[in-house]
This record gives sequence, structure tokens and C-alpha cells, in this order.
Amino acid sequence: MSVTQAQFRTAMLDPNAAVPDGIVNPDGAQASKRFNVYRNNVAVSLSDALEAAFPVVRKLVGDEFFRAMAGVYLRKHPPKSPLMMFYGDAMPQFLRRFEPAKSVPYLPDIAAAELALRHAYHAADATPAPPDALGAIAPDALMGTRLRIAPAVQTVTSNFPIHAIYRANTQSDAPKPVMQAEAVLITRSGFDPDIHPINAAAAKAISLLQNGQTLGEAIATADDTLDLGSVLGLLLAQGAITEIY
Amino acid sequence: MLDATHPASLPARPGVGYKPQHYSAIMADPGPLGWLEIHAENYMGDGGRPIAQLRHLAERFPISVHGVGLSIGAEGDLDKDHLARLKHLVSWLNPASFSEHLAWSTHDSHFFNDLLPLPYTPKTLDRVAAHINEVQDTVGRRMLLENPSSYLAFAESTLSETDFLRELTQRTGCGLLLDVNNVFVSATNLKTSPQAYIENFALDAVGEIHLGGHDEDEDETGAPLLIDSHGKAVVDPVWALLDYTLAKSGPKPLLIEWDTDVPEWPVLAEEITRADKALSLVTA
Repeated sequence: MSVTQAQFRTAMLDPNAAVPDGIVNPDGAQASKRFNVYRNNVAVSLSDALEAAFPVVRKLVGDEFFRAMAGVYLRKHPPKSPLMMFYGDAMPQFLRRFEPAKSVPYLPDIAAAELALRHAYHAADATPAPPDALGAIAPDALMGTRLRIAPAVQTVTSNFPIHAIYRANTQSDAPKPVMQAEAVLITRSGFDPDIHPINAAAAKAISLLQNGQTLGEAIATADDTLDLGSVLGLLLAQGAITEIY
Repeated sequence: MLDATHPASLPARPGVGYKPQHYSAIMADPGPLGWLEIHAENYMGDGGRPIAQLRHLAERFPISVHGVGLSIGAEGDLDKDHLARLKHLVSWLNPASFSEHLAWSTHDSHFFNDLLPLPYTPKTLDRVAAHINEVQDTVGRRMLLENPSSYLAFAESTLSETDFLRELTQRTGCGLLLDVNNVFVSATNLKTSPQAYIENFALDAVGEIHLGGHDEDEDETGAPLLIDSHGKAVVDPVWALLDYTLAKSGPKPLLIEWDTDVPEWPVLAEEITRADKALSLVTA
């Protein structure tokens, strides 16, 4: 007659499953509507968390589609930790395989950008290097220099104009997106993250620098679409470099 | 080391569940507000605005850290990573109180973001006591354990909830967080007496009282089914049950919880004023 938590969990996540024997109302009878309180609480609270986490994805697909999609996601990917601030980490991969969303091919990359914004929001604080810090390095030492990048910094690359799409869905006066590949750089100079358009070469260079490669190494693997000067200028201006060494 | 500027326990005054949108209003005019409660899990990021705001708030108010994700009632082991995060938060913040729930929320490494019920038997008592000991040993302080809202019962239960909680305080030295709304919700749903629950509760161990709102529904037999939503004002019968409790327990730290459909600050300020009045009735 004892109800295990595995039985409770299985019945809770499946609205069509029978309520486990041994769960009763005060008269000792079966208590399915009472059990539904937990089914509903779990589904609604996880779905609400996803809505809060992916407002632009939601705007792109509409409320009804988002709710239905969240219902599938939360059963396939229940949270793996009690830190709800990071719930939805598997959303980009999930959306890539989610057949009903195939007609919106940029959706997974928008989800990745929204995830990155959330991670940036909660990232550790950092003291930026002064804006003229790179100027102090001797020109012949520059290529051997490494940068420590602030913990909030994130990049997302895409075959779609994700920055333009993000802007068009978060700002009223934004221009209409034009079909092109875009990457985004996310920085946080105060408490609210900022999202900047960059190209794929810049995103790759920033990733290499984040991994401790030198400026020279970052340039060596790049093609001629990399404008390292403007990448460094943007990083410095946004307080995204904490140390030059 | 206890911070000398803060009391080691919460004051017997009204407190509120902190919401970031109320930051400016609280800082500008707290009224009778004596302390703040935060949900531990919302402050486990590495930095940014949540942590900065919490540091500011803690300079001004005693803080209660209320966990919602530890899953103390789980059949499985406690999540060691989560315990370590809790220990970290409690050690830098040095809160006036730390509390969690008599419930489970994690199974097979999956977290369900809800407070799920457990049967009350000698076996579950052993398990919960062991988990509380582990928490208190790891975090390095006494914790308060909150009574749940019940919607259903387990046929296998052999102990009353009040006996179960009392036994836990005796075995582990933990204190209790008495949620008066939960008492009302459970008593209505399980057709028992809320006053009898209070009479049987280990009031000496109570370090904090919670008050919140609930939703009203019915089960398939037409019996009332109250749902602990924290999305409304506290109803009059719950205020009456609070008065009944305070008359027996004496003044306690008293929290207004409002977690969904959170209103503008003046609505919460009214609830805080009412809590302050309830306390003044029993304060000599």
C-alpha cells in the first residue's frame, strides 16, 4: 500500500496515468482531482519559468504554441537542479529537433541568445580593465598578449540575422531584419546585459580569447572577415576585458 | 561569526517575502516592516543585480533565507551540490534565520519545482530526521522546518503531522516554521480542525509564522479543495486562526507571503499593517 516517490513522479508527469493506490481523500476514497493539484502546479510552474526565460521565442511563436511546446519540453527535460534561473538550458537543442517549430528555423538560435542573456545577468561581477589598457602594451608584444574576459561575456553564432530578429522583437523602432548570417556578443557593464551584433569571425576570436589564447593565435586562425581592432574596441568599451597579461 | 549589527534571530515583528519590484518602495518607507524573507534559490547565481540588491537589503534588514529546493522529504540522498550552494549563501549573508519545507521536490536528479507530500510513518520520520541532521551539520546552524499544505492523504500514514514535526524537533534540535494558512488549507481539505492542529503543534519550537492567500476549488465529490497559491490576500478565517495561535504562542516573527500575481507595494503594506496589529494584541 505504500506509494513510492517514483510512482508519484510518474503519475504526476502523465495526466492520463492512474493515481497511485494509497493516495486518498479524507474519506479514504481515491483522490484524483486532489492529485491533479500537483500535476497542475508542476506543469504551470515549469511552463511559467520557461515563459519568463524565453520572452522573444514566445513572441515569435505565439502564446498558444509556446504553452504547448513548453508542455512537451518540461516532460522531456524536467529541471536538473533547483536553480530555476537557469531552467531551459536544453531549449536550443530541443527546438532543433521539435518538428512543429521547423518552419521557424532561427528559433533555436534565438533561444540560445536568450539563455546567454540570462547567464550573463547572473554571472559573477568583474572589474573592467581601463579603456586605454591595450594602448599601454608595446606593439611588438601585442600578438603574445592574452586577455581575461569578464564572466558575463557570451557569444552566439547563427546562419540567421539573430541580432536583427532579437531587436525587432524587443524594440518598437527597430528595422526589419534582412536575411544574413549574424552572431551576437553579450556583455554586462552594469546589471543589465547588452546584446551587440558581430560576425562569426569575431565570435570565434572572442571564444579563443576566452579560452586563454593569445591575440596572435586568435588572428592566425581567422579569415579576412575578422576586424580584430573593432572587436577589441567593443570589448574594452563594454568593460568586457578585466585583465591584459 | 555573528554580525554584531544584526540580531541572531528574527524579531517578533511583521516581515514580507521580498520581491525585487518592491525594492525602492521598501527602502523609501518600510513602515512597520521588521525583516525580509528571500527564497534561497533566487540568490544562488554568481553575481549581478540579485546579489547586489541582497547585500544592500541585508545592511538594513534582518534576512530570513527560505529554501524551496532542498527536497528534505526525498527518498533519495540530498543534493550535495545544492547543500554546498546553501552553505555558501548562509555563510556570506549570515541571515537571521534559515528554513525549509517538510516536502520533497527532487527524484532521480529531476527537480519538479513544487512541494510534494510524503506519508508520515516511522520510516519516513527516520529519513527526514537524517536529512535535517545533514543539513544542520553542513550549513552549520539550526534550521526551521515548515508544515506543508495538504490536498490528499496517504493511506499508509500512521503518525499525525503534528506528532511527526514534534518528533523531528526532539531528534534533530530543529525549530519549526508554522504556516497558519497551510494549517487552514490542510484542515479544510482533510476535514480536520485547524484549532486542534494548533493545540497539538509544538509551539515552543516555532521560530517564525507564515501567512498567505489561497485559491478555492472543489474536488469531484463537491468537497472544498483549497489550494495554497500565495496569490491573494490573507482571508479572515486565517487571520482569526493567527490570533488563536498567537494567544497561545506569544509574539513571533510574522511573514506575509505573496508569490504569484504579486500586487503593488501598498497592497502588501496593508497586510503588513494588519499583521502588526495582530502582534500588538499579544505584545505586553
